[in-house]
Amino acid sequence: MITRHSEFLKGIKAELPILMGVVPFGLIYGVAARSAAIPPLAGQSMSFIVFAGSAQFVTAQLIGAGVPAGIIILTGFIVNLRHALYSASLAPYLKRLNTRWRMLLAYLLTDEAYAVAITHYQQPGDMSRKHWYFLGAGLALWSTWQASTAVGIVLGTQVPASWSLDFALPLTFIALVVPNLKDRAGTAAAATAGIVALLATSLPYKLGLIVATFVGISIGIFLESRYNKRARIHKEEDGTGQIQPVADPTGYTTKEHVEKEGG
Amino acid sequence: MTPLALWLTLICIGLLTFAIRLSFITLFGRREIPPFLQSTLRFVPVAVLSAIIFPALFLYGNKFDLSVSNARLIAGVLAAIVAWRTKNVLLTIVVGMVGLWLLQVFVK
Repeated sequence: MITRHSEFLKGIKAELPILMGVVPFGLIYGVAARSAAIPPLAGQSMSFIVFAGSAQFVTAQLIGAGVPAGIIILTGFIVNLRHALYSASLAPYLKRLNTRWRMLLAYLLTDEAYAVAITHYQQPGDMSRKHWYFLGAGLALWSTWQASTAVGIVLGTQVPASWSLDFALPLTFIALVVPNLKDRAGTAAAATAGIVALLATSLPYKLGLIVATFVGISIGIFLESRYNKRARIHKEEDGTGQIQPVADPTGYTTKEHVEKEGG
Repeated sequence: MTPLALWLTLICIGLLTFAIRLSFITLFGRREIPPFLQSTLRFVPVAVLSAIIFPALFLYGNKFDLSVSNARLIAGVLAAIVAWRTKNVLLTIVVGMVGLWLLQVFVK
């Protein structure tokens, strides 16, 4: 029989394999925060307030580089914008919940919790208690993230610079980006953003990141709209051409989600 | 950054992140996202993450380094190949880190 309790426990269980990957990222974030000279309490509070691995990494890096607050906030916003996709994709399932539940689940909505929750929601069955499953998965991830970043912050200064642990950040991002380069528009967006970021390094306040992101997204949109237009014309002409089906709005398949990044 | 500015920055990012996560759950409550917004959002992660990756690999001390002695570039390319073939996050990081350490020891 499906109870709140059993759904909650099932959610925790589904999240466990992902946690194996979350722990090292939490540790590395803690080390990064310390090496950016962020006080331990503020570093740990960021895990609580922001609760988003990649944004926390980038924020720590920018704080360490002395970038002005407004640009750090804007950058953090852009890095976290992808969560809007998760929010949209889960919205229909959370419609019946009261405001308190929605706010709680929104706070817990990370890459990893989304991956597990959406898979469960899309399976047939009793929908009335599935939010408890989401809660279990979200809280399992939340507590693991808090604990592992705390350990990283404590260890922080004892980790020698020669270990080059900061390199784990671009490596994590490589692991996230490369498998998702599935079509020409996405690949072009990524390559363009990367090259513009290189060209724009001399811009003050690390503004290059924001400029590069916008140019990359614009190229992606441009190529995709051109492709769609061509596909449409082709179809009208001979009636055999097919328009590429619209992908999962998140751009990821569920399995890849499960293997995604920490926090 | 002063402690006050630091805390305000963290709180702002936290509130914005929460607002993004809550956005569609509360405002729309329906499945359809406007198609333009959907295709825009699709490119956000790859663009922003690439804009972080490239400088970390190609720049050394703010100077462009495309040589074989750039250990981070070689380790990064190695990791990208692993990511492409295996789609395994942990394996990608392990190969990249171990690769960097070995290169730093042997190619100095």
